[in-house]
Amino acid sequence: MPEPAKPGYSCVTPARGPLAAPEATGAPAAQAVPEEKKTVQARVGKPAPDFEATAYQAGGFKTVKLSDYKGQWIVLCFYPGDFTFV
Amino acid sequence: MLSVSTDSHFTHKIWQEQELSKMVEGGVPWPMLSDSGGRIGTLYGVYDENAGVDIRGRFLIDPDFVIQAMEVMTPPVGRNVVELIRQVQAYQHHRATGEVTPAGWRPGKTTLKPGPALVGKVWEVWDPKKEMGEG
Repeated sequence: MPEPAKPGYSCVTPARGPLAAPEATGAPAAQAVPEEKKTVQARVGKPAPDFEATAYQAGGFKTVKLSDYKGQWIVLCFYPGDFTFV
Repeated sequence: MLSVSTDSHFTHKIWQEQELSKMVEGGVPWPMLSDSGGRIGTLYGVYDENAGVDIRGRFLIDPDFVIQAMEVMTPPVGRNVVELIRQVQAYQHHRATGEVTPAGWRPGKTTLKPGPALVGKVWEVWDPKKEMGEG
C-alpha cells in the first residue's frame, strides 16, 4: 500500500478527479475516468469509487488518492462549503 | 477521515486558519480535499448541479475498500458524530466476531449470532425496552 503523499509547500499538480478502477481497465495504474462513465457509482456493499483530489493538511498542499487509505477505516465527508453555518 | 467540498485547497487553508483552529485546537487534523467542478461529488451522488456544491454526504468505507454505510442530508441540518462512531463500532464488532448488532445497539449491549437456532427466538434474547433504552 503506498503511503499518502507528504504535505508539500509549493504548488501541486492539478488532481485528476475520478479514477477508473485498475481491474475495470486492465491498466496497472489508476487512470482518469472517461467522460461517459461519470455517473453515480457509490453503493453500499460495493467497492468505493476511487478518485484523486488536491488537499490542504497540516499547513501544506498535497494530492490525495482515496485508495492511499486502503486497509484503514475511512470516513469520507462531503459538505456544502467552507464558512457555511452548520 | 477525509473531508470534501467544492472549495479550493486555498480556501480550505484560510478556513482552517481563520475559523476551524478557533474551534478545534491546532485545527482539524485530516486532509481537506477540493472537489472543484463537483466531479467527485457526482461519482458519489451528492453533487447538486443547481447550487454547484456537494451536499452533506457521509460514506463509511471498510479496510477492504467497500462502502458499508452512507448518509446523505440536505444543508440545514448537521450530522450526528455520535451515530457515526456507533456505526463504526458496530461494523468493527461484526468484522471481528461475525456477530450482528440489533437496532439501537451500543457497545456492551446484546449482539446476535445468526443461524438456524435463532430463528423465531430473537424475542427470548433481545428485549427492545431494555436494549434500546437510556440505560
